[in-house]
Order: sequence, then structure tokens, then C-alpha cells
Amino acid sequence: MNPALQGLLTIMIGVGGCVGYFYGANVFLDKVLFPASGPNAGRNINRANMIRPWVFLFPAMAALGLYLAYPVIETLRMSFTERLSGGREQFVGFDNYSQMFGEPKFREALRNNMLWLIIVPAMSTALGLLAAQLTDRIRWGNIAKSIIFMPMAISFVGAAVIFKLIYEARPIDVQQIGVLNAVYMQLGGAEPQQWLTIPLWNNLFLMVVLVWIQTGFAMVILSAALRGIPEETIEAAIIDGANPFQIFFKIKVPQIMGTIVVVWTTITITVLKVFDIVFAMTNGQWETQVLANYMYDKMFRANDWGMGSAAAMVIMLLVMPILVWNVYNARKEMR
Amino acid sequence: MDSIAGKKSGLTWAVHISVAALVLLWIFPTLGLFVSSFRTGDQITASGWWKALFPSEQNEQFRAADPEDNREMIDGVYVVAGNVYVEAGKVDDPADVAADVSAWGVSSREISAYAPGDTADLGEGETMTVQANGDYVWSGSDEQISGRAPRIFVTALSPPDFTLQNYDTVLFDPANREGMTKAFFNTLTVTIPATIIPILIAAFAAYALAWMDFPGRALLIAAVVGLLVVPLQLALIPLLKIHNDIGIGKGYLGVWLAHTGFGLPLAIYLLRNYMVGLPKDIIENAKVDGATDFQIFTKIILPLSFPALASFAIFQFLWTWNDLLVAMVFLIDSSGETTVMTRQIVELLGTRGGDWEILATSAFVSIAVPLGVFFAMQKYLVRGLLAGSVK
Repeated sequence: MNPALQGLLTIMIGVGGCVGYFYGANVFLDKVLFPASGPNAGRNINRANMIRPWVFLFPAMAALGLYLAYPVIETLRMSFTERLSGGREQFVGFDNYSQMFGEPKFREALRNNMLWLIIVPAMSTALGLLAAQLTDRIRWGNIAKSIIFMPMAISFVGAAVIFKLIYEARPIDVQQIGVLNAVYMQLGGAEPQQWLTIPLWNNLFLMVVLVWIQTGFAMVILSAALRGIPEETIEAAIIDGANPFQIFFKIKVPQIMGTIVVVWTTITITVLKVFDIVFAMTNGQWETQVLANYMYDKMFRANDWGMGSAAAMVIMLLVMPILVWNVYNARKEMR
Repeated sequence: MDSIAGKKSGLTWAVHISVAALVLLWIFPTLGLFVSSFRTGDQITASGWWKALFPSEQNEQFRAADPEDNREMIDGVYVVAGNVYVEAGKVDDPADVAADVSAWGVSSREISAYAPGDTADLGEGETMTVQANGDYVWSGSDEQISGRAPRIFVTALSPPDFTLQNYDTVLFDPANREGMTKAFFNTLTVTIPATIIPILIAAFAAYALAWMDFPGRALLIAAVVGLLVVPLQLALIPLLKIHNDIGIGKGYLGVWLAHTGFGLPLAIYLLRNYMVGLPKDIIENAKVDGATDFQIFTKIILPLSFPALASFAIFQFLWTWNDLLVAMVFLIDSSGETTVMTRQIVELLGTRGGDWEILATSAFVSIAVPLGVFFAMQKYLVRGLLAGSVK
């Protein structure tokens, strides 16, 4: 069948199924199971209302359970097993983990991920804060915001192509078409550099791509937070003779600290999952491996599900503190 | 608000300049891709794209017309005359030539040996003359004006020159195996159901979590918040195993289901946060008037939640359109028939790494749609971001 037709059919089945399910389940609940009439009308209405939330929740809970909760358990289990021929599995304890930690490529991935975790959220948040503060004060600020925000819509793969063009190196005797090398040669560089092959530095060049994308996100959220600051506090500071820098660092930043932390953690999560950029630009060569790409390598290239799962669990472990903190905050808020 | 106290104008200027610098820095990379997609491969490798916006000095190589068909006998010598730009097919008439030849030559070692109007002596009476507009006259004896015509090297100031050729090649050329058209429609096929279906499922769940009272509600909300950050990397192998076991395998159905599952936590979270904020009176009044939960949801909550629904729809659309990993794991099989644009571009990066005209055009085709959606619906995107994060 033509995929487009199949897609249309799926939309119809999906949407129709959803509507049908919700409508049908409600009718069933109200008319058949617990009819709101007859001798037990009152009791039936109460019962129906007790069950109804679960009718509404069931499809979402089932999907969440199957597609997110169950895989966490299953991956944890698989990280302790080894696949044998014929689809059998063998429990191997922590073998996958110890083997993985012994691999130089994994240690490299871990080291790089730590670099990513420090640099990208810090840079994105700082630049976002700067952009938010500056654009809020000028008339064409909204246009500027749109442009800085725009990379959010660009795929990591698209961004990879964009930045590969920037890092492009051509032989020394012809014109440079990569802007970085063009600038480098203008500044008196000896010869054009293959930026993505210089160990350690190349990680930085990959991080720039994500910073470029995430700064807009940080800017939008921090800008809203900055606007939410009570004006009186700033007016009071101005009257007391504070200069603009003091107002920014001593009055504004402390008041939006909570938002800064949220932005920081959100970008941290994105960084931990970063895969496309590395996959498309270097594929982990020249010491640029990161955990997500390492995991993909193990699972789908080496077909080693045990080690791949172990690598995935390492990512999960790194996400865990943020997960706990988010849940803790959400619960605190609801109380 | 700082202006209340009357700021020094110097600082305001510094702000304007800093913002301008930031904006330039941020648009520059995308602009490079955009401009490059309108240049031919030769142009891209000849000079940086930032030079394409201005008239530039370009070295080009032409060949005089074939003497067999074009030579004429004038005053006892054979002559071939013409215009290099016309013969190269760049313009139709010598009067239309925009380039201004500043130097020319007949040998690759000395490509700018002569000024326009000069006559080059090719030896034994054979001569070549090239004018500023590319007109040339090549003359000599019967023997000299035969065989292969000589090359003419031209250095000219050419105006910016852009072409739609790349888009034609990438989108419409059936001979181009790396064509993006199929991948474009595949991406569209993945994206639309994967955007619509989670919205419906999530909306009902969000309503239950926001406005219905039942034991365990707080726990479920906490669970959704927790699942919000679970890396989807963990889900790849277990789900692929399930899909294979129940016979879906790799295909559209699998990728739709996967995107639905992965998008749900954010959808529920966003929609619930929004629905909780709706005025309580409306819902209570409706209940007093005898409306059931189902009616309240479809008649009141759903229409009122439109901004939140739109926010999530944009998120999910951008995310599924730009996704690479989920498509590679759940959709693209060894036949490659169902490849999506992101995958196609990664493939091109590997096989056609130097062909910037193809790469830039393909990449731009793939980012054009999200960019359009972004600029059209930025308001909802910002609103969604704020609702999803600042809580």
C-alpha cells in the first residue's frame, strides 16, 4: 500500500479509534454498566464517576507504561545479560559494565560527555541570559529574538551540515570556503586546519552546534522570567544609585535563579541525549565519542545488546538526579 | 524600565551593537547554507559564500568555437570570432554580458597575461584578441585554424550569480538517486500521524489528571514528570524486540507508535498544566447544569485548550520532523525505501561530502518546512516552552 495512503488510514483509524474508544467507553459506563436510573441510580452514578478517570487515563497510561516505563526495567535487565546464539540469554552479572569501563572508547565517551555537560549548559544559559537582557531593552528586540531563537526549529542533522560548511578546509593554495578557515588564514594562520580532527578541540567545535541551537531556548525562558521581576525592586536599586551591572547581577539574576536552574537542567538533559550531531559530523572519530553514540554503536553496529544496554543505563543514571529533583519539585508544588 | 532613570546614551549604543553582533553571529551559519544552495558546485568551491553576495573577481576557462564549423575566410586569413560567454551558454546575446574582463590569457600558466583589447601572438602569425565583454577573434592560416580550438582564460569581475539548478536536481531529477522528493514525503508520512494521535490520547489523560478526583492522581502526575526526562535511548532495543515479536517489525506503524509513546509525557504535562489554569466556575456551572465529564471535556475544555494543543502540536511536529534516531531504529529497513530526510542527509554527508551544492540544497529542503512552521507559529511555541519549563 502507498505509504501516504497508509498514513491517512492510520490517522483515520488512530483518531477514529481514540474518539470511538472514549465515546464508547463513556456510553458503556453510563448506560450499560452503571445506568443512572432504576433503584440504584445514586450508587451507580458514584461508581461510574469512580471508574471514569481510569477510562480517560487508560490509553495514555498503557502507552507510557509500554513505551517508557517497561523499557527502563527491560534495559536494566538486559544490561546484566549476554545474548547467546539462538535467542537465548545468559545472566552475566556486572560483566557488561566491567568490560565497558575497561574500553578506552567508553572512557573517552564518558570524558567527552562530562565536557559537554559542563560547557554546553553553561554557555547556552549565559548567552541566553545575555541575549534576553539585551534584547528586552531595545525596540527591535523581538526581531532579534526571533533570529536567535530560530535554530530551535533546525534539526541537529541540518545544523551538522551548516556547521560542516563552516569548518570546511580546502588546500592552502585555493580560496577557503569554510568561514572559520577563511578567518584563520586572514589572521595569519600557517595553513588551513581540519577543525574536526584536532583531538579535544574538535569536541568544542561540536558543542558550538548545540550551543547555537539551545541559546534561543534559554533566551526565551529567561526573558520571560526577567520581565516577571517586580519593577519596584529595580526602581529601588536605581534610586539607591546602583549601576546597570549591579542591577543585573545583584538584583535581577538572584530573583530568576530558580528559572536559571530549570533552563540549566533542561539543557543538561538534551546534552545527555545528544546523538545526531556527533553521528552526522564525526561519528565518534578523532576522540569525539559521546555516550549516546557509543550506545548506538554497541547496539546496532556491534549488535552487542548487553553492552549497549549497560551504556544506556549509564545515561539513565546521569539523568536520575534531575529526574528525582523534578519529581520532588512537582510534588512540592501540588501540595 | 531602566530608561526611567535616564540612561547614558553610550550604553544604549553598546546594547544595540551587541545585539546586532549576536544576531549576525546567529544568522550567519544558516545564511551560508541558504546562499550556497543557490550556487553551482564550481562557484561554491571557487569562493566563500559570503563573497557571492558581491561582484567578484572570477577566473574562468573557455574554449574558442570549433574551427571546423565556424571559421571564415576574411582578407586571406582564416578567422573564428565569437563571444566566450555566449558560447558557454551564460547569456544569449553579447550585449547582455554583465561580466567585465580585466585580464585574459591563453595559457594556464599565465591566465592574466593580456589586457582586454590586446592581441596575443600565438606564433607564426596566429593571433588571438579578447575584448572586455568577452568577444574574441582568433585568426591565422588554414593549418593553424583547425583541429582543437585553443583555451581562453578570462579574469572578470562578475556580478552575483545565482541559480535554481540545485533545487531542480535535488527535487525533480529522476536520475538523481539521492533525490530528496521521496524522503520528503516519507518524512511527511511519519510526521502527521505522529503529531495528531498523541494529542488526542494526551488530552483525555490531562483532563483526568487536572479536573477529576481519584486516588493515586498525585502519584500519576509525579510519574509523568519523571518520565518526561527518561532518555529514549533506553527504549530502543526493548521496543524493537516487542515490535518484532508482535509482527510490526520496522515500518511506519512502528515509528508512529514510538513517537506517540515518546511524545506523551510532554503532551500530558503541557496540557494538564494548561487545563488546571482554566476557570473553575465554568466547569462547576456545567456540572450543575447536568453535563457529564465527557461533555465538559469535548464541549468546554478542548476548545478552551486550543493554545496548549497548538503548542504541543508544534513541538511534536518539529521533533518528529527533525528526528533521526527513532526513524533509524524503528522505520528504515535495509531496502531504504522508507528513508527520511535526516537519514538521507547523513548518507549524503558520507558519500557526497564534497558536493556542497547537493548537501546545502538537501539540507535546506529539510529545514525549510520547520522554519516555516516556526515563523508562522512562534507565539504558540514560546507559550508552550514557558508552560513546559517554568514550573
